Amino acid sequence: MELATVEGIIRRHGAQKSALIAMLQDIQHEYTYLPEDVLRHLSRTLNVPLSRAYSLATFYRAFSLKPKGRHPISVCLGTACHVKGAVKILEKFERELGIKPGQTTPDLNFGLEQVRCLGCCGLAPVVTVGQDLYGKVTVPKVDQILKRYQKQEAAHAKT
Amino acid sequence: MPYRVHCMVCAGTGCVSNRSLDVRDALEKELRKRGLEHEVQIVTTGCNGFCAVGPLMVVQPDGIFYQQLTTKDVPQLVEEHFVKGRPVQRLMYTPPEAPAPIPKMSDIPFFKHQRLIALRNRGLVDPEKIEDYIARDGYQALVKALTQMTPDEIIEEITRAGLRGRGGAGFPTGVKWRKVREARGEPKYIICNGDEGDPGAFMDRSIFESDPHSVIEGMLIGARAIGARYGVVYIRNEYPLALERIQIAIQQAREYGLLGENILDSGLDFDISVTRGAGAFVCGEETALIASVEGRLGDPRARPPYPAESGLWGKPTCINNVETWANVPPIILNGWEWYSQIGTERSKGTKVFSLVGKVRNTGLVEVPMGITLRQLIYDIGGGIPGDKKFKAVQTGGPSGGCIPAGMMDQPIEYVAPDGKHEARDYLDLPIDYESLTEVGSMMGSGGLVVMDEDTCMVDVARFFLAFTQDESCGACAPCREGTKLMLDILTRITQGHGTMDDLRALEEIGWVVKQTSLCGLGKTAPNPVLTTLKYFRDEYIAHIEAHKCPAHVCRELNTYRIDPVICVERGHGCGVCRRECPEKAIFGEKNQPHRIDTTKCKKCGVCVDVCHFNAVIVE
Repeated sequence: MELATVEGIIRRHGAQKSALIAMLQDIQHEYTYLPEDVLRHLSRTLNVPLSRAYSLATFYRAFSLKPKGRHPISVCLGTACHVKGAVKILEKFERELGIKPGQTTPDLNFGLEQVRCLGCCGLAPVVTVGQDLYGKVTVPKVDQILKRYQKQEAAHAKT
Repeated sequence: MPYRVHCMVCAGTGCVSNRSLDVRDALEKELRKRGLEHEVQIVTTGCNGFCAVGPLMVVQPDGIFYQQLTTKDVPQLVEEHFVKGRPVQRLMYTPPEAPAPIPKMSDIPFFKHQRLIALRNRGLVDPEKIEDYIARDGYQALVKALTQMTPDEIIEEITRAGLRGRGGAGFPTGVKWRKVREARGEPKYIICNGDEGDPGAFMDRSIFESDPHSVIEGMLIGARAIGARYGVVYIRNEYPLALERIQIAIQQAREYGLLGENILDSGLDFDISVTRGAGAFVCGEETALIASVEGRLGDPRARPPYPAESGLWGKPTCINNVETWANVPPIILNGWEWYSQIGTERSKGTKVFSLVGKVRNTGLVEVPMGITLRQLIYDIGGGIPGDKKFKAVQTGGPSGGCIPAGMMDQPIEYVAPDGKHEARDYLDLPIDYESLTEVGSMMGSGGLVVMDEDTCMVDVARFFLAFTQDESCGACAPCREGTKLMLDILTRITQGHGTMDDLRALEEIGWVVKQTSLCGLGKTAPNPVLTTLKYFRDEYIAHIEAHKCPAHVCRELNTYRIDPVICVERGHGCGVCRRECPEKAIFGEKNQPHRIDTTKCKKCGVCVDVCHFNAVIVE
């Protein structure tokens, strides 16, 4: 595991213990998860117990101890999405990808998460894939969404 | 040469997801092609609130409102409107049942009944340009506060205006400010709570995205009044665009000398940093939020001491919600008399609501306090789509409750702020802090989720309990264990295994959790269950005794079949249900009636959703 990235993150936050959450967020962003040896390195450098980093990593929803997919899919299960049938959308993704929320496909292409309101309730039900937001999603639309990224991955694999 | 026309293209999260930026780029290209780029200016604004019909654009100065634009519409729009001067009717908004489109934004019912204070600049400024904010009297209130008012006068002004915390609890803002001012300890801190966790509410996001400087100016005025040196904007992790815009705004304010040392030569030193949340609902609670800013677990602690005495790093800290801060500059600029004329006796000013769920015009609205549910849902929201019956409205997120509308003609006792008892029906309930608490719900952050006859109230209660149970930090037993027990019971009921004793147990546990939990999360978590039990008990009983879900939402209690006549006559046996059925439980040939093998059916309900002809019957 290369540690230059995490060194840079620690420096950017002035090696301040109080910025631990912000550093974890940056690590999560860079590595798509919090790798164990990166956490160990962080705890040694900042002189904070590893247990503290671990407790933050498991308390806050933004962190993951396992790699997330290249295309993280978040299905909103906020109130507005719920009353407009978001559960069926989530189940459709589960079926199509063969994974449950919190899991990643074996090829690491897709990760599936449920989120508690993305604040786009006017467009419910809402799904995000990476930075892309899809509103008024229906069960048949799920296929189209997935196809878009599967095509990207196929093109990527060719090159 | 000044521009003749301004195209305000909405770039809120909703419109952006509907490709409004592509529309903007196409417009730019087309205007250049027609040589109009020096006459027509394109401005990308924040959220206009009418997310249901995005992407949208307002052409100023006439206020012509265009909706559901696509890049394909752009050439015609430019040709007709900007070259020939004929606004394009086809792209305007037509309310359902209206004979003709409504050209002007200000005439559209969704906008007509609104009164904008916190959202005063929405759609009128480019949120990434401080000059736009300044042109709309931005930072004038700060100048007034710095040059013409003493800190005590500022606090007095806010107190007399009657501004109350918009985060939900409704604590008087002026009182809080005075406590922090009088508290001992230096430096003092100001926090803007933008950890908007209530599902169904997105006003904080919208304010950050459409007018971030209004929050910064509010915080600066607060800093002057309280004597604070540092400010923190705490923003939810799920709002990347809002984060970006507030960071840009803070940087611009620094460059203009509006943040930093000796601001406007007044001797005021104040700067703001941004902390990003990491996805924990409980961090909306002020003591948990402070713990999170300090880099710790977001565990709430017992109060007192309140943050006003011992907050961030143990120093006096003033925490207010985003919307509260955005209300401060107009109050200082226009005076408390102006502000206190708006609203009800005890709830002054306006409130921003997110109107979502089963309502036609979903979006964000700002209305005077005291408006009735009927005005909100029917006049502004345009009523319930698809001729469905309005059943209830949920306010206050997981801490709030469900207010029924099914009993429209049954008056309730409503204690008016002046103490008089009046009989009103629920739809005519004026919305303010007191009246919502009176009916067992609460204002909360302002999420209003409309529910129709297809919404199951037991399922809604279960949904919220699943949420609070999941988000409970586990620090105190009543919340940790109580929400778990209640969720188990509710799940049992939705699966048809409940008993009548369960209802009594729910109420008993609910009251214990309410009375004995440590923080606001637990103290309010039972509200959705208790209000639905109070107003929709018959639905619970139907689940328990008849093993039926009247709204056909609780799937374990449903049976599905396909009406052979509709399937063939209307749908010609199209087969979409057969293809979509995950269990391969549907059989049939093209042009033939399809049928469901109930031994294979897992009751997922996908067939109902995909059938274009409503041939799938749920019983």
